Amino acid sequence: MPDRPSSPTGAFAGPGPADLALEVNGRPVQLRVAPHRTLLDALRDELGLTGTKKVCDEGTCGACTVLVDGRAIYSCMTLAHTCAGRQVETIEGLGRDGTLHPVQQAFIDHDAYQCGFCTPGQVMSLVGLLRANDAPTAEDVTAAVTGNLCRCGAYPNIVAAGMSAVARRGSAPTSRPGPSERSRRSQRSEKG
Amino acid sequence: MPSRIVRTTVEIEGRMSDELALVEGKDLKGWTRDTTIVGARTPRIDGAQRVTGRARYTQDVVLPGMLHARFLRSPHARARVDRVDASRALTAPGVRGVLHRFNAPKAAFRGEETIFRAEVRFIGDEVAAVCADTAEAADAALRLIEVEYEVLPHVVDLEDAIADGAPRLEEKGNVSVSGSHSRGDAKRAIEQAAIVVDATYRTSTQLHNSLETHGAVAHWDGEHLTVWESTQHVFGVRQGLQAALGIPYSRLRVICDYMGGGFGSKGGIGKYTIVAALFARQTGSPVRCVFTREEENLAAGNRSATLQRVRVGWKRGRISGLEHTSWSNSGQGRWVADPTGPTNTLYDIRDLTTKSYRVVTNAGALSAFRAPGYVEGTFALEAALDELADKAGVDPLALRRTHHARVDGVMRTRYTQKRLLECYDIGAEAIGWSKRKAGGTRGSTPHRRRGIGMASQIWFGGGGPPAYATVHLNPDGTAVVRSGTQDIGTGTRTILAQICAEELGIRVADVRVDIGDTDAPYGPISAGSLTAASVGPAVRLAAADAREQLLGAASGLMEVRKTELRVEGGKIVSKGARKPIKEIFDELANYTVIGKGSRFPNPAKVSLNTFGAHFVALEVDTGTGEVFIEKIVAVHDIGRIVNPMTAASQVEGGIIQALGFALTEERVLDRRSGRVLNADLEEYKVPTVRDVPPIVVRFTDVPDTRANNLGVKGLGEPPIIPTAAAIANAISNATGARPRTTPMTPRRVLAALAERER
Repeated sequence: MPDRPSSPTGAFAGPGPADLALEVNGRPVQLRVAPHRTLLDALRDELGLTGTKKVCDEGTCGACTVLVDGRAIYSCMTLAHTCAGRQVETIEGLGRDGTLHPVQQAFIDHDAYQCGFCTPGQVMSLVGLLRANDAPTAEDVTAAVTGNLCRCGAYPNIVAAGMSAVARRGSAPTSRPGPSERSRRSQRSEKG
Repeated sequence: MPSRIVRTTVEIEGRMSDELALVEGKDLKGWTRDTTIVGARTPRIDGAQRVTGRARYTQDVVLPGMLHARFLRSPHARARVDRVDASRALTAPGVRGVLHRFNAPKAAFRGEETIFRAEVRFIGDEVAAVCADTAEAADAALRLIEVEYEVLPHVVDLEDAIADGAPRLEEKGNVSVSGSHSRGDAKRAIEQAAIVVDATYRTSTQLHNSLETHGAVAHWDGEHLTVWESTQHVFGVRQGLQAALGIPYSRLRVICDYMGGGFGSKGGIGKYTIVAALFARQTGSPVRCVFTREEENLAAGNRSATLQRVRVGWKRGRISGLEHTSWSNSGQGRWVADPTGPTNTLYDIRDLTTKSYRVVTNAGALSAFRAPGYVEGTFALEAALDELADKAGVDPLALRRTHHARVDGVMRTRYTQKRLLECYDIGAEAIGWSKRKAGGTRGSTPHRRRGIGMASQIWFGGGGPPAYATVHLNPDGTAVVRSGTQDIGTGTRTILAQICAEELGIRVADVRVDIGDTDAPYGPISAGSLTAASVGPAVRLAAADAREQLLGAASGLMEVRKTELRVEGGKIVSKGARKPIKEIFDELANYTVIGKGSRFPNPAKVSLNTFGAHFVALEVDTGTGEVFIEKIVAVHDIGRIVNPMTAASQVEGGIIQALGFALTEERVLDRRSGRVLNADLEEYKVPTVRDVPPIVVRFTDVPDTRANNLGVKGLGEPPIIPTAAAIANAISNATGARPRTTPMTPRRVLAALAERER
């Protein structure tokens, strides 16, 4: 059961920090974190990757969305230790050599943000969709961000940006392809 | 240039005051030529920062050795704090200090001398604060603080607090008058009316739920205090810190680079700011104090619930008189918004009486929430007018046209510009108003009815002084705009860059905009829809000043008369020659042109307002009470549009927040305990991507040449104002049922349908 902590104690204080090896944005990372620490806190506090935001810290808003093995997940609902040996990608890992990922560029072109606090999570949800689905429909795009709240109400532009990134994918360089067996359904159930 | 003092009227969030203004030089006239950069769809200049996660918000500020402060909050709606024993907390691992009412230094905060009250007045009120090495250690220590409370009688509900026998929370009682206006004799006019509508409306408490919670990081270096805060007003936070801690401005700096939404709730200093600063001074280490989501929903403000009664009479084809009385649950707030504001000015009504009351309760303080009062009041007013139109058998839009107000009914002055009738024309056409039928039409399934509704909007948004900006023109022909304003998500940086580029004759890509720092020239609060109209004109003046200086230098270097030179596309242009700015400046190396601009006062004896109208087409499932919105058309008159792209985004965003207010958002308070039952994003329902219908955004887009040197007015608030009323009116048109309480949930719509059938 890789999605569960190996020894849940239920107590507030765990048995203390333990070693954790994982890959973050393509680089191997060694950490010492307590078993109850979430992936979100490990990314922000231990690795200084503050692009991933903490908004509700209980799996209701999607601002903390990152990719684990190519799949969009809520990092506030994921214990850091469950990511041992896995590949984690955050907003900081998108794009290469100063060029933006097509989803990032589409957000700029479509004004798909206002305050921008939910933006990293929205972008990661859509990148996750593009990894999992070769030909997403408008419904797939909407479904991919149903778990991402935007209090400024940039939703129409977020969906437009998502559709534009889908259309652009043919011509623009994409990041490494995601596991093709991941269906639309798993994408949806993860975010729902 | 010598400065001089002029008298001017200043308006913020609808509050008017006479103030002095310091002006220098002469204002510019509006552009007479067609602009090419101002008015063009321009992607945000800080977009790359936002999409890469590089944009640094207050919550992302991490300083070496930073400590964490957390609050202990009252578990009682009202209690006296008799004793606080922090001895166990102080010896807990990692704890650096504890502050509470018996040991905290005096710190003035919103009219009180201390931030820890002797009597806590709502569940969530601050009782003590712990500073520790980690947030977890601070949280653990909170549980070790022992507090003895003497529990006192409380009341949290608006109508309970008004009722006889309610616990008296303030010496002069729970209810006080917060606003009134009267002209003619409304009482008599209604008595003599042929038709009278007398209806009571209720709006629920709406929580801001800015995604970035309130918070601050304070750094004390032994002499200077630097504070990073998620705020709509860095200068307001600076002023609050000076008042609380007695530190002179020269040793205070407040920074807000990016901020994750405020919607009115981040207008000034918070107790968290003071606690972070006190601990920073006490420990010598930087201190972070940031709210959790739950704290955000208990202690960071709200749009107050209202109870409103509207009586309106009809005689000889006109509204003969109107009375609007409103009570607002201000919780522990000192200020209260006025829901009767729109009633006072939106229509030409001769006999009118309005009165609003502030009601204190043991709930968290209200704070401004995007068009405070106007959202709530417009819901009641515009619903009542539709009820009247129904009874009188007239078209609701026709009723609004015939009562169009040419003059501000309160100030008795004309408007600088008012194109509301044009908004009606555009909106009616786009929604298909001519096909609207009294009593609605059949819906897409047997249980559904279809209807169309509309509502009008009035708001302020004229801005005013003081606001300052500088434009530094670098030797390479690029420019930096500096102003102590903020970008709360509206796109401030981008529109200021456009204005600078337009006036200076350079490209937007060559302009950087530095904002959100009290080390810059003063910028006003980013609220009241006033940023574009306040800071924008100052930026234009600064850019014009920089251009004139540049042309003076170019004239000397090129040996051409200054009047024969202009700047275009980053080049100095004369008869037959185009030279890049860079070439001219190269000879001058590090000499810098610094242009300076300040906002001039608004014109006297005229009213400066924004107007608009929303039209809604929807279906109601009469079996389930569900509302399905088909389309919303929003038309706004805000003068010149600087950036059609970000302007449209703001309108969509305002409407989506209004959808929450209208249909789903409601803080639920347990009346017995005073506890908020949905202080989270699970049970408090903000709209998601699935809740958004097609939205059509239109602008009249005619510069208001009398308003300011740009002809612009604000847009932050107008789009949230009329939506809920337009939805209610469409529901009523579709079904004949009138939901009079927001949010208009399926349960309430079903109740309205049941009432109709009685």
